[in-house]
Amino acid sequence: MRRTRPRDVPAALVLPRELRLQIRERAQAAYPHEACGLILGRPDPPVALRLGVARNLAVDRLADRYVLDPDAFLAADRTARAEDIEVIGIWHSHPDHPARPSATDLEGAWEGYSYVIVTTTAGGPGDLASWRLDGAGFAREPILGDREDRPS
Amino acid sequence: MSQITVRIPTPLRSHTGGAGEIAAVGATVGEVLEAVAARHEGLRRYLLDPSGEVRRFVNVYLGERNIQALDGLATPVGDAAVIHIVPAVAGGVS
Repeated sequence: MRRTRPRDVPAALVLPRELRLQIRERAQAAYPHEACGLILGRPDPPVALRLGVARNLAVDRLADRYVLDPDAFLAADRTARAEDIEVIGIWHSHPDHPARPSATDLEGAWEGYSYVIVTTTAGGPGDLASWRLDGAGFAREPILGDREDRPS
Repeated sequence: MSQITVRIPTPLRSHTGGAGEIAAVGATVGEVLEAVAARHEGLRRYLLDPSGEVRRFVNVYLGERNIQALDGLATPVGDAAVIHIVPAVAGGVS
């Protein structure tokens, strides 16, 4: 049976510290370009268990655009199904920009996914935040860590 | 007509009663997607545009291959084939 979360109860993404570190490291390694990847886990409530690697195919605008390689999405989805988990979200970086969705992010967004955005700068990674499409716009999704972990 | 499995991504499962896979029949990818959209009408606007072409924000795979690299919706499907609906994911800083 499909569970439905009451609309007045905000979703929270469980994203353990280790995965947040991995996102920050992968994003920073691509700086000053945008990087992207997949988040695999359980969907409801959303619990991230691991990350999937994906290339950014926006080769002519790597500084300010990302196009996640659909072949990588397919591979991640297959892996997830084999483990009885799902693709539950996408992460990408905003080089020298805030960790909040842009108009371009909104245009291509899907309901039901967590969109984790991390700021990258010449001095290292910055804020990391998660967002979820809610009607016509994005709403910030709280991030919870694991037990030994402080919220990000 | 071949019996095909169509894999549905998480965001679209609210239109399939929660099902992650749907069985459908058709001789081509287009026929299979049309059969799926006819049975789950809420899926249609995510899969096909008014002219019947694949929407910009989805990719359709037959097995390992994106149908854009094959014959698109006219690509024939064989028995026990798997069609995968893959969200197109894109964005940027501005």
